[in-house]
Formats: sequence, C-alpha cells, structure tokens
Amino acid sequence: MSGVRVLVGTRKGAFILTSDGKREKWDVSGPFLGGWEVYHLKGSPVDPNRLYASQSSGWFGQQIQRSNDGGKTWEPVGDKFVYDGVPGTHQWYDGTAHPWEFKRVWHLEPSLSDPDTVYAGVEDAAMFRTTDGGQNWQELSGLRGHGSGPHWTPGAGGMCLHTILIDPKRPDRMFIAISAAGAFRTDDGGKTWRPINQGLRSEHIPDPTAEVGHCVHRIAMHPSRPGVLFMQKHWDVMRSDNAGDSWQEVSGNLPSDFGFPIDVHAHEPETVYVVPIKSDSEHYPPDGKLRVYRSRTGGNEWEPLTKGLPQRDCYVNVLRDAMAVDSLDSCGVYFGTTGGQVYASANAGDSWAPIVRDLPAVVSVEVQTLP
Amino acid sequence: MIRVELPAHLRTLAGVNGEVTLEIEGQATQRSILDALEARYPMLRGAIRDHVTQVRRPFLRFFACQEDFSHESPDAPLPVEVANGKEPFLIIGAIAGG
Repeated sequence: MSGVRVLVGTRKGAFILTSDGKREKWDVSGPFLGGWEVYHLKGSPVDPNRLYASQSSGWFGQQIQRSNDGGKTWEPVGDKFVYDGVPGTHQWYDGTAHPWEFKRVWHLEPSLSDPDTVYAGVEDAAMFRTTDGGQNWQELSGLRGHGSGPHWTPGAGGMCLHTILIDPKRPDRMFIAISAAGAFRTDDGGKTWRPINQGLRSEHIPDPTAEVGHCVHRIAMHPSRPGVLFMQKHWDVMRSDNAGDSWQEVSGNLPSDFGFPIDVHAHEPETVYVVPIKSDSEHYPPDGKLRVYRSRTGGNEWEPLTKGLPQRDCYVNVLRDAMAVDSLDSCGVYFGTTGGQVYASANAGDSWAPIVRDLPAVVSVEVQTLP
Repeated sequence: MIRVELPAHLRTLAGVNGEVTLEIEGQATQRSILDALEARYPMLRGAIRDHVTQVRRPFLRFFACQEDFSHESPDAPLPVEVANGKEPFLIIGAIAGG
C-alpha cells in the first residue's frame, strides 16, 4: 500500500512523520540531528531513501547530512561552500557595500534524474551543486556573475537563495528565488542566468519596478505545466504564464497578500494554496485565525480553508519552505508552523488535523509519496 | 599524547564519546592539534575553524590549564602540561543562544 513520508526541518533538529495512504495514523520519529537548525531536508525523486539535510548552527557552522535509508541513519558529507573567485560585495541593509559571506544552506534540491546530484541555495545568495552525493560542492557562479549581484540586498531573514525549481520537461531550465533580489531563470543548466521580475512591483525599493531588488518569498509550479509559475512575494501573489518572462498579480480577494509559502495541488494545476499573514512585521495570521486559502482558478478567486485549523488566538507563522503536497488521490496538503505544529489535510485542504503539535519551530516541510 | 575535549555537538558529529587522544608531530600548538584532529575526524573541518581562512569560529574558545588561549597565535606553543597529556586542550562552545 502506498504511503507518505513527511520530512520536517525545525530550529532544533529534523523529524520524520510517516503514514500509510489513508493518512489517518502517523508515526513520528526524531529528533534527528538534535539541537541543530535543520533549515531543509529533501529526498531524491530517483531514490526516495536517499535524503539530504542542511544542518547548521551559530557555533559550528554548516553541515550537510545524507541518509541512504529514508532518514533512519545519517552521515555527514561535505560542507565546504566556497564562492567561486573573488566574492565581491552586495548591498547591506543601509545601502552600503557588504562582502559576500557564506552563512548557511537554506534549500537542497535533488536532481530529477541522479541521486548524487543536488543543488543548494545558500545565504549569502548563491547556488551550489554537488555531483558526488554531497561530498564536494561547486558554485554555479554565473548567477552571482549576472551583473546585478552588487545591487542585491538581504531581506529580514538574510540574503538567501531559498527556492529552486527544476523544469521536468527541460532539465537545463531552472528557476530560483532570492530575498531580496527576485526570481531568476537559467536555460543552460546554470551557466547563465537572467532576472525574471517583469511585472513585479515593490514599493519598498527606489524603483518599484526595478529589474532586481524584489523580496520574492517563494515560487511554485506544477510539473505538468512548468511554464506556469506562482509566486508569493513580500506583498502580492503573482502568476506567470510564460516561464517568468512577465508576471500578473492574482491576489484577488485574499485578506492579506503577504505570506511566505505557496504551493500547487498535485493533480490540478490551477489549484493553488497560500497562507495569508499580517504584515508589516507582525507576521502572524490576520485576526488570530489560521487559514489556508485555496484558489481553484489559478488565482484571483480564493476560498478560506478553516476546518480543523485554530480560528481564534492563533499567532504562529508559516515559513516559506514549510508547505508541501503529496501525490496521492486525493491530494494531501501539509504545512508546519513556527509554533511547532504540522497540519495535514488528506482531502486537498477541505479539512485539517495536526499530525504533531509540539515540535520546535518548523522551518521546512517536504513530502515523499512512497510506493 | 594530546588530550582534547570537544563540545557535545562536535562529539556527536565526530561519533566519539569522551575525550579524544591524538599523537602529533612537533610542538603542541592550536594549529598542530586542530590539524591532527581534523585529519582523524574530517567531518570537523569547518566546524571549529573556517574552511578557507582557518580562523577560529567566533562562538568557540580554546582553554587549557585554566587559561584562555583563544586569542594567542595558532602557532604559539601550548603549555607543557597539554603537550604531555597531563591537561586536556578544551574546545568550548559559548554558553549563549536559545
């Protein structure tokens, strides 16, 4: 019988939640890598038992851990992330030049075809790749070398490359997003990149429609339609129908167009999920009600999903990498909160229940659908 | 024989319990001890000092014989009690954070 494995990264370690295809009873294992921040862990689509985890700490720096048994055991692999050539500078919060400094890995994206190849999005923003299972990492420096790098600025969470999407139909095409630089696309496997931010409008930068400088929080795609992208920006939910060449706002009737995660239903490419959050700086759900919003029309028309979610006195956040879907029928949707809850819906969001309530603050959630 | 005490998280990372003992060639210095430590436990590279600059990570300190050697030259000789194993070389994680 098929099942799901939910990979949860938290401020104090990783947890693995497993269930059969009914998704009613859950087994919680962990903490793994306890005491360390696990910003992200993700499995290889080719070999689901091959997992990679980003483990970091303010004391001991960055580690990359690998598992070959679905997360039961872990081994440290390579953690040397060195920028290619002279790193140069980017803009600091006050607009002054600031040297590029590696801080941590935010996101690990395993290749769609090779379990030993993984892409890493790091802070300060850059993209690295390993082709030997995580032992060695090389920067894809064409991204920082695009020319706009000196104008990139950090968001409140740091200048992080947090999203990596690989086009399943054109593996040399990838999309990435950086806070606060914007979205970028490569069509040649990462050698060269170009910003894809036309149509974004950000009032907090001198030129609201600048080529770079936008605080993109997350982008998502459905694998059957990789030319259609959805974006949760610092403010505004956006959509592109031409692989990012241009964007249109689809915030519609959302109670707040601010938020962090955005994801797409596994079987309905026009069904999209976001979690509206109150901002500036509050960063908790409007009115103390934790609501996922679903659009079945690819944006603009949104419905609140509340059944099973707290509808009073709830002031948690849902971070950008903390939502995922499974590919069972019906589609399961999962998200984790800074309050340590991981919620699951086995019916595409119609109703929710917590799998676990008291983990450390959840940073990331990924789901593997197992045969 | 040099005795090294690691913070708990680095003992877990290296897969060791208790003190680590090392044989080093030449003088006992911060650099010679860390070189020997990282040679035996490669997963500790980058966790105590920067991969490239070899500078001590800011939230770690090096103590021995009731003294703080963190700001001494990495090539300065450490006390004879460290060199002969009478006293351990302590790698300490700052008591900070949440």
